[in-house]
Amino acid sequence: MRKIKELRQSLLISVWFMFLTFPIMVIRVNTIDNIIEWRWMNMIYVGLGSFVFSFIWRYLLSKKQSGAKLLKADKPAYLLPMQRIFANPWMQMSALFFIAVFAVIFPFVFSSYQINIMTTALMYVVLGLGLNIVVGQAGLLNLGYAAFYAVGAYSYALLNYHFGIGFWTALPIGAALAALFGIILGLPVLRLRGDYLAIVTLGFGEIVRLVLENWNEFSFGPSGISNIPRPGFFGIELNFEQVSAYLYFLVIGICLLAIFVIRRLQNSRIGRAWIAMREDEVACQSMGIDMTRAKLTALALSSMWAGLVGVIFAAKTTFINPASFTFLESAMILSIIVIGGMGTILGVIVGAFLLILLPEYLRALSDYRMLAFGAAIVLMMIFRPQGIVTVSRRTYQFSDENHAPDISTK
Amino acid sequence: MLELSNVQTFYGNIKALGGVNIKISEGEIIALIGANGAGKTTTLMSISGIVPPRSGKIFFMGKPIHLLSPHEIVARGISQVPEGRRIFSQLTVKENLDMGAFLRKDKTGIKKDMEHVFSLFPVLHERRHQIGGTLSGGEQQMLAISRALMARPRLLLLDEPSLGLAPLIVKLIFQVIRKINQEDGATIFLVEQNANMALKVAHRGYVMDNGEITIQGTSEKLLHNEDVKKAYLGIVTAT
Repeated sequence: MRKIKELRQSLLISVWFMFLTFPIMVIRVNTIDNIIEWRWMNMIYVGLGSFVFSFIWRYLLSKKQSGAKLLKADKPAYLLPMQRIFANPWMQMSALFFIAVFAVIFPFVFSSYQINIMTTALMYVVLGLGLNIVVGQAGLLNLGYAAFYAVGAYSYALLNYHFGIGFWTALPIGAALAALFGIILGLPVLRLRGDYLAIVTLGFGEIVRLVLENWNEFSFGPSGISNIPRPGFFGIELNFEQVSAYLYFLVIGICLLAIFVIRRLQNSRIGRAWIAMREDEVACQSMGIDMTRAKLTALALSSMWAGLVGVIFAAKTTFINPASFTFLESAMILSIIVIGGMGTILGVIVGAFLLILLPEYLRALSDYRMLAFGAAIVLMMIFRPQGIVTVSRRTYQFSDENHAPDISTK
Repeated sequence: MLELSNVQTFYGNIKALGGVNIKISEGEIIALIGANGAGKTTTLMSISGIVPPRSGKIFFMGKPIHLLSPHEIVARGISQVPEGRRIFSQLTVKENLDMGAFLRKDKTGIKKDMEHVFSLFPVLHERRHQIGGTLSGGEQQMLAISRALMARPRLLLLDEPSLGLAPLIVKLIFQVIRKINQEDGATIFLVEQNANMALKVAHRGYVMDNGEITIQGTSEKLLHNEDVKKAYLGIVTAT
């Protein structure tokens, strides 16, 4: 009975779609021969396609709803099969080992094109991890993250142009400058939260970009800065392929550093303060948490990573201009966290690889990239709003009641 | 122990407190009662520094605290249980309690205090791994009080602990409040709508109206005051 109802609904939808797409898909006016072509086959394709699609859609939705009921009774957090496998420490170790081996031999096996894509993806991993500090852990929505990325890139480019400062000196300076900008942004927005904070950060991102675009004497405007030197390797001249591999390992190192530092931060006092701030600001204050400090450290520590990656970006492309730091860039990094799963390190890594590598390997579909992007986010929000990887920490653990009270601190 | 002298607090241009004077001595339970919008919660917010007073002075243990920020005030030994409980709903009960001890570094002391709050509210021990948001209203209130106790406060500010709870749970919570006061020696400042219950536990009480203290005295006296009876206890005496 229900199946028939679903089929009828899908049929109606397909008829509706055929009607809607009739003018653009069926009729074609040939202006050269002055005739009208009727492409009826297209109509059938649209009808069949939308019928099948709608049927699958409805099936998944109903499955999800009944699934949600089941889950509520069973346990709150659903883990992917992948996560369940990785719960086993032995599997974890061997997987890590294989990933490490793969990462090390990667640049010696694949072409420099592949290495470049992978380096970009890894840079986005670090950017995602950095933004995740503010958005995922401290719960402050930051839509102007690309601005800090720009600060890093321009600080290397300009310092090198004016003072001839090298890559390795610029790396900490770029990071520190970006962190400083984080604090500068943080001071006026201390009292803001939610939508208002999002608007201010969005505005900040645009301000930085517009300043770079229009202040010709300072940043050379839209024409950007070229001939930025690649990072040096103990004074040895490297050819293009060697530089690619070198940058690849450099980014891997920064990635590992980011993962290590952010893991430590999550379990630290400041990490706990961020969680409290995300959950409830009044309660956070009455716990004795210094919210001003917590907010500013979150913004500074998050911007710092963007600054680091910015310096690497400038060194990698050897040319930067403001067009690389638009709102789209911020939105991209935000999507990485949302799709991957907010607040988790593994989620951000998975999200970055998906969003950066998929478009590269699906170059054929590049015209429809934004369309696929939008569709993917809509689908995510409906079927897995918590992201691909959920925080698996939040599980019930019913222990034996006769057991001694387990209140040891983690 | 705590002294508010002529405290005035504003929300923007709106005056919420117009010169409040309150004195609390060590070891007391003080109730602050009043109608909705009288300024009871604002009084607590002013003490804890979340909504700092515009003028007037607040002294705690003889030292002025009205210029300090909220976290410094907590560090001095004033803990607040905010109105509407405001537990961390995504964290487990145990993590909520850990959050309460945020400023403390003595691990053994924290562990001992956690056992202590579990003995006050055994149901919390049962639910220690459960997420805060899935607790019932009463359990959430117990958690909110326990979380504040984890900071080992000298002065505990309670904002409407009976809000939206069943009478039996309210009774249990007030028993624990009395126990905390007698056994742990914590001074308690209680804001309540439930005037009858609050005055039965408290030693002294203040009645607030329109941002000002209108009546004050011992609980006994307030319980028998005609105005209080009419306005807050709902008892109409034959005249």
